[in-house]
Amino acid sequence: MAEFLASIQGSGQELLGVAWIPLWTVIKIAVLLAPLMFCVTYLTWAERRIIGAMQVRPGPNRVGIFGLLQPLADAVKLFVKETLIPTGADVPVFLLAPLITLGAALVAWAVVPFSAELILADVNIGILYVLAISSLGVYGVLVSGWASNSRYAFLGSMRSAAQMVSYEVALGFTIIPVIMLAGSLSLKDIVAAQSDMWNIIPLLPLFVIYFISGVAETNRAPFDMVEAEAELVAGFATDYSAMAYGMFFLGEYANMILVSTLGALMFLGGWLPPLAFLGFIPGIVWLIIKIGVLLFFFLWIRATFPRYRYDQLMRLGWKVFLPLSLFWIGVTGVVLHLTGRVPG
Amino acid sequence: MGLHMNLKDWLGTFGLLDLFSGMQVTLRHMFKPRITIEYPEQKTPLSPRFRGEHVLRRHTDGSERCVACKLCEAVCPAQAIYIEIDPTSTAAQRLTRVYDIDMAKCIYCGFCQEACPVDAIVMGPNFEFTEETRAAMIYRKEKLLANGVRFGARIDENLRLNAKYR
Repeated sequence: MAEFLASIQGSGQELLGVAWIPLWTVIKIAVLLAPLMFCVTYLTWAERRIIGAMQVRPGPNRVGIFGLLQPLADAVKLFVKETLIPTGADVPVFLLAPLITLGAALVAWAVVPFSAELILADVNIGILYVLAISSLGVYGVLVSGWASNSRYAFLGSMRSAAQMVSYEVALGFTIIPVIMLAGSLSLKDIVAAQSDMWNIIPLLPLFVIYFISGVAETNRAPFDMVEAEAELVAGFATDYSAMAYGMFFLGEYANMILVSTLGALMFLGGWLPPLAFLGFIPGIVWLIIKIGVLLFFFLWIRATFPRYRYDQLMRLGWKVFLPLSLFWIGVTGVVLHLTGRVPG
Repeated sequence: MGLHMNLKDWLGTFGLLDLFSGMQVTLRHMFKPRITIEYPEQKTPLSPRFRGEHVLRRHTDGSERCVACKLCEAVCPAQAIYIEIDPTSTAAQRLTRVYDIDMAKCIYCGFCQEACPVDAIVMGPNFEFTEETRAAMIYRKEKLLANGVRFGARIDENLRLNAKYR
């Protein structure tokens, strides 16, 4: 794999010279984003089928065999519809908001490693970068609510901004012990550090907090307070239609996959096989299986639990998850110190 | 969520046991057979008393049952039925010249078939009829008689099943 890539790189540079470098980057981005967008669209299909099955109904099964062409039909519908812009809206900002959301959701993928070699940008502070970018996602929601100039959208975006900020704190704190165990901010090193024991074993409570915070961070049920259609119509997305709405939607699903991928990398050993003798199966298959399991949990939770009340959500974030994760940081530090395994 | 919680509640909450017991239910349902009836291909069974599209029936010898008594026209709460008697009718045989039902007005109450003394107007098993104009929703006698031929067998069976309750 690595030699193959190097040979492409070499011949490309010979052919095009300096112009090759941006072209090569674009190719790499396309190679990363095309499967990602495919996964995002089919995640919507999987979600509807799985939740349908859990509610003892079939879900979309008309378009194509097993409804497999449904995402395409939805995409076509979103593309050909008219993008309505409310009279009172702040037009440039209104149109910018979905771009920020989708952009932030996609840009974070740059540093995600899919195996020891397969990584777009091997940044040594990868995890910090992901946290920084995912914080930017809040702006999309906040700005969309403001620019819509509608009280539903405004209240929805206020709520969701508060929610995302709150849970980002807990999310950040659950990541710190992972970093302490690996002694590195690079996602590649974090996976490598789990070769003896996956982080989920010593850090199980943190994994649970990470996952629940991830659900809240991506505004998914039962924490989909943003939408809360019973009281806020559709929250910040109330005034959006067609592809502008579709971009919020894509962003949300891309974020779901991102949270699952990071969970798999940080707690479930990434591309490492669960047992050493299963190593003949390529690492990326293991990673995909782990991401799939976590995504299934996302959908499973959505099918099971009713929506949280807003004050309960805030209480859970600040009064339960934050102290628990802080406590676990302390425990991890003490244990690492006592066992003399503080990484260099 | 204070100190007054007992150990079982505490474990249920913080051990996520409560959450998992709920998730078990949804997971079990995931493997149950679907209960959805996919309509155009599958259909639910209809009662013999089902009140669908109207039909006008004929005697076995082919003559029309309707005797133009206009009871259905009188009882119809939506005034959807219009009947004109055939002027050539004799005392031995009364016939209709016009028998119109405005299906757009009809409320499918079934009073017409209750009122009919000769089981001529009956509501059949068909509910899949649509038209694109209001004019087409006014069913003429020919259409109603044709329906009687089309759904005759099922209507006879339904009437037989329902006879003892009438």
